[in-house]
Amino acid sequence: MRPGRVIAIVPAHNEEGAIGGVVDEIRALDPSFDVVVIDDGSSDGTASLASAHGAAVVILPFNLGIGGAVQTGFKYALERGYEVAVRLDGDGQHDPAELATLLAPILSGEADIVTGSRFALDDGAYRPPLGRRIGITWFARLVSLLTHQRVTDTTSGFQALNRRGIALFADDYPNDYPEVEATVLVFKHRLRLVEVPVRMREREHGESSITFVRSVYYMLKVTLALFVAMARRYAVPEEEAAHR
Amino acid sequence: MTPVKISIAASVASLLLLLIVFELIRGRRLKERYALLWIVTGLVLLVLSAWRGGLNTIAGWMGVSTYPPAILFAVATLFVIIVLLYYSTVLSRLADQNTVLAQRVALLEQRLTEVDDGVGERALLGEAGAELRGEPG
Repeated sequence: MRPGRVIAIVPAHNEEGAIGGVVDEIRALDPSFDVVVIDDGSSDGTASLASAHGAAVVILPFNLGIGGAVQTGFKYALERGYEVAVRLDGDGQHDPAELATLLAPILSGEADIVTGSRFALDDGAYRPPLGRRIGITWFARLVSLLTHQRVTDTTSGFQALNRRGIALFADDYPNDYPEVEATVLVFKHRLRLVEVPVRMREREHGESSITFVRSVYYMLKVTLALFVAMARRYAVPEEEAAHR
Repeated sequence: MTPVKISIAASVASLLLLLIVFELIRGRRLKERYALLWIVTGLVLLVLSAWRGGLNTIAGWMGVSTYPPAILFAVATLFVIIVLLYYSTVLSRLADQNTVLAQRVALLEQRLTEVDDGVGERALLGEAGAELRGEPG
């Protein structure tokens, strides 16, 4: 597959401290990449900063949550006819330097969706706090079991997608901790998912606000959502493909 | 046997419910499709309240011999649960539609900004062009 137009989708909620740098880094890496920042109801200067740094900015009228924001980006990519999309978080934890690694399986045509995994290497470079590590391991095991495929990092939002992946997510994308559920979605629609090892950076600004109690709550909620996702009725993929 | 007083009180309450629902529909504060379940609820409760023999029979089926009006509570609770469940589905649909609308609005707004910028640029270029083309002195 020849590399088509590439769009970088950056969801951001109150990230005025980091967003400018993220946009600059992506553009510095490859000036041919277009960047769209989805401002998820920020109350700070995220939108104007992103715009000033040369990104297209889609401003949601209110906060939709990460899933709704990311999906807006996929809809944008689909509408504008981009062949390939990459998704990076607006807080700067996803290093644009890893984009080449992420894009390789898409460009060679062996995957529809590529996820950057912090754990595929298992060199211990990334050590999240205990509560989160339990959650991450739990979902990795569960999702691997459900999808019959070894998945090591189900909560990573660092992804690259081809046209089929973009179309799927533009049409249907879950909302809370969407990456976990989306993995099941990808499996159900028989798209090819590949994980590549990447390094992620520490959050540039602020600590993740997820406490232990909340992690447990989210684990329960997302686990339930996973089983619902497995049991849900889906349109036959072939039929869908014919519609598009 | 169901006490007559309870029968009357329950009938009045059911009638009141029906009356309020009708008033809300008349005032267009309640859409018919959402009112239908309430009307059915009111009618079923009214019938069971007024028709004491029927209530006793049903209570008999259920093995409730001591206090037939308990069946009234049970039926009322069942209908309230059905109405709530139905409203949860309505709410879920509205939430989904709300998300889609917000995304649509945001994407359109972005496109509009682009078009506006484009028009602005063309206007500027046009002016500059006219200046360049403008008759000398």
